Amino acid sequence: MADIMTPALGESVTEATVARWTKKAGDAVRKDEILVELETDKVSLEVAAPADGVLSEILAAEGDTVEPGAILGKMSEGGAAAAPAKAEAPKAETKPEPKAEAAKAPAPSQPEVMTTKPAAPSAQRIATENNLDLAKVGGSGKDGRVTKGDAIAALETRANAPAAAAAPAAPRALHEREERVRMTRLRQTIARRLKEAQNNAAMLTTFNEVDMSAVMALRTEYKDVFEKRHGVRLGFMSFFVKACIAALKQVPDVNAEIDGQDIIYKNHYDIGVAVGTEKGLVVPVIRDADDMSLAGVEKAIGAMGKKARDGQLALDDLQGGTFTISNGGVYGSLMSTPILNAPQSGILGMHKIQERPMVVKGQVVIRPMMYLALSYDHRVVDGQGAVTFLVKVKDAIEDPQRLLLDL
Amino acid sequence: MSQYDVVIIGGGPGGYNAAIRAGQLGLKVACVEKRETLGGTCLNVGCMPSKALLHASEMYDAAMGKEFATLGIEVKPKLNLSQMMAQKAESVTQLTKGIEFLFKKNKADWIKGAGKIAGPGKVEVTAADGSVQTLEAKNIVIATGSEPTPLPGVTIDQKRIVDSTGALSLAEVPKKLIVVGAGIIGLELGSVWRRLGAEVTVVEFLDRITPGMDTETAKTFQRSLTKQGIVFKLGAKVTAAETSKSGVKLTVEPVAGGEAETLEADYVLVAIGRRPFTEGLGLESVGVTPDKRGVIETDHFKTSAPGVWAIGDAIHGPMLAHKAEEDAVACIELIAGKAGHVDYNLVPSVVYTAPEVAWVGKTEEQLKEAGVAYKVGKFPFTANSRAKINHETDGFAKILADAKTDEILGVHIVGPQAGEMIGEYCVAMTFKAASEDIARTSHPHPTRSEAGRQAAMGVEGWTMQS
Repeated sequence: MADIMTPALGESVTEATVARWTKKAGDAVRKDEILVELETDKVSLEVAAPADGVLSEILAAEGDTVEPGAILGKMSEGGAAAAPAKAEAPKAETKPEPKAEAAKAPAPSQPEVMTTKPAAPSAQRIATENNLDLAKVGGSGKDGRVTKGDAIAALETRANAPAAAAAPAAPRALHEREERVRMTRLRQTIARRLKEAQNNAAMLTTFNEVDMSAVMALRTEYKDVFEKRHGVRLGFMSFFVKACIAALKQVPDVNAEIDGQDIIYKNHYDIGVAVGTEKGLVVPVIRDADDMSLAGVEKAIGAMGKKARDGQLALDDLQGGTFTISNGGVYGSLMSTPILNAPQSGILGMHKIQERPMVVKGQVVIRPMMYLALSYDHRVVDGQGAVTFLVKVKDAIEDPQRLLLDL
Repeated sequence: MSQYDVVIIGGGPGGYNAAIRAGQLGLKVACVEKRETLGGTCLNVGCMPSKALLHASEMYDAAMGKEFATLGIEVKPKLNLSQMMAQKAESVTQLTKGIEFLFKKNKADWIKGAGKIAGPGKVEVTAADGSVQTLEAKNIVIATGSEPTPLPGVTIDQKRIVDSTGALSLAEVPKKLIVVGAGIIGLELGSVWRRLGAEVTVVEFLDRITPGMDTETAKTFQRSLTKQGIVFKLGAKVTAAETSKSGVKLTVEPVAGGEAETLEADYVLVAIGRRPFTEGLGLESVGVTPDKRGVIETDHFKTSAPGVWAIGDAIHGPMLAHKAEEDAVACIELIAGKAGHVDYNLVPSVVYTAPEVAWVGKTEEQLKEAGVAYKVGKFPFTANSRAKINHETDGFAKILADAKTDEILGVHIVGPQAGEMIGEYCVAMTFKAASEDIARTSHPHPTRSEAGRQAAMGVEGWTMQS
């Protein structure tokens, strides 16, 4: 009997939520076959079978919170999907069990593993009134159910704990045509971090607009040969990454962060690129993007995007960015004020390219225009620096040759 | 010689349930029973026939007394005792046949005859015709039950002085019946004959009825029985009995000392308790010695002899059919390598009188003695709508819960159908429910079960309907 353990989740991640079991108790599984998906604050990960055998027991139900090293379930090793314990008593001189058949037969249906152990109504009432998480209360009732006594004890423990967080109001009643859905751990983390960023930073946004003609012309001219040469499409994002790095070099405050009474300047350029996925927004980081060619950046973005959509992002892919680019334009946004990705001090918002009448040298001409937004932490970045940054990005995009010349 | 995984001696609620469970688990099992029918004391001369007479006599009493007239039903009932006995016997036969069917269904062999252990792994069965066969058993389960405890100085002749078995088959309604022992059996059978017209006096050694019952509950219960005409002589011991053709003269002395008196009756029922039936079972052949009361010591049903198990009335614990049934299941599961377990604190007790009395868990006296801080919620049936409608307002429901955790520690109900109500609390207590869990659970209206819920509310002071 082997334990299926919760793997190490990475630095600063102390718990994960069991998102989905892909196998049922009693299922035969092969070594390295995925058994269960876990979700953490930052990433979802999969736990595979350590050996061939049968998943004999699921101990952490979907929705349960587990810590690294916690036992998720148990499996019996061995080639065949052995029949689950069907309580065969020691029969005296019984017929030999047809073993060969057992090997190929799928595990017979067996009682569903009890995944939820409802708390006593009284315990539930106490939990609701006091915002107590019963999942964290050890149950002393039958099969580990939480009794009223357990809930009372948990309340007392909490009351004795110093300065417990103020209890939010009890959940409001649902009206008709409403439904309540638990936030995924990822969504909860997004919510918490966004609010933290708003609470901590002196955040404001400055705008500019950029004429995309030059980049578009460049792309039109070279896209085929670029794709042939590098095996990746030439997009706009790589230009913006490069433009931002050039601007960050000129305005280092935007690439810095506040740590207590100090400012930490980062002399490396790890650019987070926000990617929308089914489960929510994630921001994989393109590391040392300043050392990459345009093709290198495009490839890195492509690889990260695929990982994000497949839910394969590792924790390291998400940590340690110094600046973030968010492109609401892909969804048609004309203008927005992005929220900082704390503890970073700047985030660039890209938007939709739209043809607009512009005055160029006294003439009204039609140009493909994009509004740019830079949200920044005014504690670190002065208004002048922020505006300079955006102008620098604008200049580089409108005249990409400047990037080549490092101007 | 037949070989078995399990041979059970005794076919009562312990033995027959053990046989059924063993059959279910695929064990080769035999059950040895010396009676001509399965079911043991319970089905043949205990719970079942007594309930048949309790039901019939309650109906008779309702028709005879004021209740029918109050309901607007005017009848002139006439007692046909032999028909009452015949229908009782008919029910019992159906039930014992039912066990035979269950044996066949679960492939359990019924071996007729008296079983006796003949050394390790051997059970010798002597049939009614004297023929003897020996069964080989990997496991032997002693489920031989109990028998009425005799009273020194009083000889049971089953004519004028009867035990519970005799009291179930009296040929006539006694004019005067003396019941010795105010336990459950004595009060049930005393009630039967009281309702059928006998003058009933209950003589009890202790100064209270139904020892073991919560004291407040017992007092309320006694008041109800007294109202029905049963006379109690508490703190009195029977020292001699003189039987004549027409009746019995009993010498009764106060336990505290004082003048002896002579009570006369045409019948005397001795119901002072039961003792394990463990003699003549060949226990010595495997080195098992019961204690002086006949109780076999076990550790989770295992006796001191390997492969010899014991359950039910033959071992410690309340002498109740459903306790034996629990033992049976747990014992057989342990034999089969499973995790059998019985929580004796949660074995309910029921007195099937009118009103009924049912309880589970601790009494107030037990909690006080153990120094447990507890709260009480109590609700009278006078305030319960269904009881009121049915003119059955005697009694109450009482819930005892831990003062801190609110866990239910004991439930005591005096009232009609209390026995049917107690199961709810057995489940609740198995799940360590708090009184609030009952208070917050919807109960059907109008039913007597609402009294339990109102009592549960009362534990935390929010009884709503009284």
